[in-house]
Amino acid sequence: MTGLVLDLLLAVTLVALAWRVLYAPDLFEAVVVFITLGLLMAVAWARLAAPDIALAEAAIGAGLTGVLLLDTLRALPQQAEKSGAPQRRPPHRARALPAVVAAALLGGVLAAAVLALPQVPIGLAATVSAELPRSGVSHPVTAVLLNFRGYDTWMELGVLLIAAIGVLSLRGSTRLSAAPPGEADAVLSWLVRVLVPLVVLVAGYLLWLGKSAAGGAFQAGVVLGAAGVLLWLAGYRPVTGDRLWKFLLVLGFGSFFTVAVGTMAGGRLLLEFPPEQAGTLIMLIEAAAAVSIGATMAALFIGLHFPPARKLSPLDRRVAP
Amino acid sequence: MNALIQAAGIGFCVAGAVFFLAGTVGLLRFPDTLSRLHALTKADNLGLGLIVIGLALEGGSWPEAGKLIVIWLLALLAGASACYLIGRHVAGQSEGGGD
Repeated sequence: MTGLVLDLLLAVTLVALAWRVLYAPDLFEAVVVFITLGLLMAVAWARLAAPDIALAEAAIGAGLTGVLLLDTLRALPQQAEKSGAPQRRPPHRARALPAVVAAALLGGVLAAAVLALPQVPIGLAATVSAELPRSGVSHPVTAVLLNFRGYDTWMELGVLLIAAIGVLSLRGSTRLSAAPPGEADAVLSWLVRVLVPLVVLVAGYLLWLGKSAAGGAFQAGVVLGAAGVLLWLAGYRPVTGDRLWKFLLVLGFGSFFTVAVGTMAGGRLLLEFPPEQAGTLIMLIEAAAAVSIGATMAALFIGLHFPPARKLSPLDRRVAP
Repeated sequence: MNALIQAAGIGFCVAGAVFFLAGTVGLLRFPDTLSRLHALTKADNLGLGLIVIGLALEGGSWPEAGKLIVIWLLALLAGASACYLIGRHVAGQSEGGGD
């Protein structure tokens, strides 16, 4: 009973927050509500018994995306309203009604689909449990992500790489170690000195935990990316050379690629891990992917702070140099 | 004895929730940013501490209680530093320095 009340409250709050994100006239308020929405989504995923997704949502949706949005807000032209933050034009009333009708229809269709689900779930859960001992790990989500459907994860890492290339291309520079860091402040430097070792420890723990419980490369990687963002904010210049940065960005996609080539060279199918070495291979790929994802997240953030390229594109016209 | 510990756990959680409510009321009703920061960090940190005590009592095992206390200390650390940084930014703006 209390579970149902909590879930209903959560659902209503999520919809209300989403409404506020879309219709708040003050963009700063919209971004802050977006971060809150991400946190509550993480709680919703936890209520749906999906801790892997809850961890990823909290780290990315609430954490990193919020940071990127706040940073983007600073670059927009300032309008001196009551908070000095950029404003949004209020939407037309006439546009609201068809949108509300469409959203209600979609909600109805989704509800009907959920109610029509069979009582006993027919899915691949039984097959996954049957093959779990041969997959090299003991957590079904990790087994699916890195062994049974490893190809999808490989392509996801490719998408991350393309995103990093895109951001760095738009800003016109790949010299990450030359981006000017944030201003140093005594309390922030002290906080970062205390937090970053802890963050690295937590990332390693999440990585190790992925074998038997919720965790894994993606969550560990995003936590590492947050450490990179913190270090940059506290004024620490990235000490690694640019070539090392580029190597780290490619490392995740590249490690999958190497393993894929290895399996095919060994006469097996693409990404068919030999069962006795599956655990080790998965661990190696996860470690490489975690470091790579961390470097990508940090690069996405640091890349926002390059001075704009000499030849301004139409996208850059409104950005204050 | 067990029932007493459970009741104490629930009591601490409720007390923590009351502090969070007080902090939120302060956020909504105080006139300017600095006093709102004051309300938020003090009330929320204490509220989180009480909730942690309540959960530790309900959870029962020492490793869980230890983890919860570490989480509380980290939240304290992050909250206090964030409060200082926001306060510094606001104070810098009001002095006409701006950012």
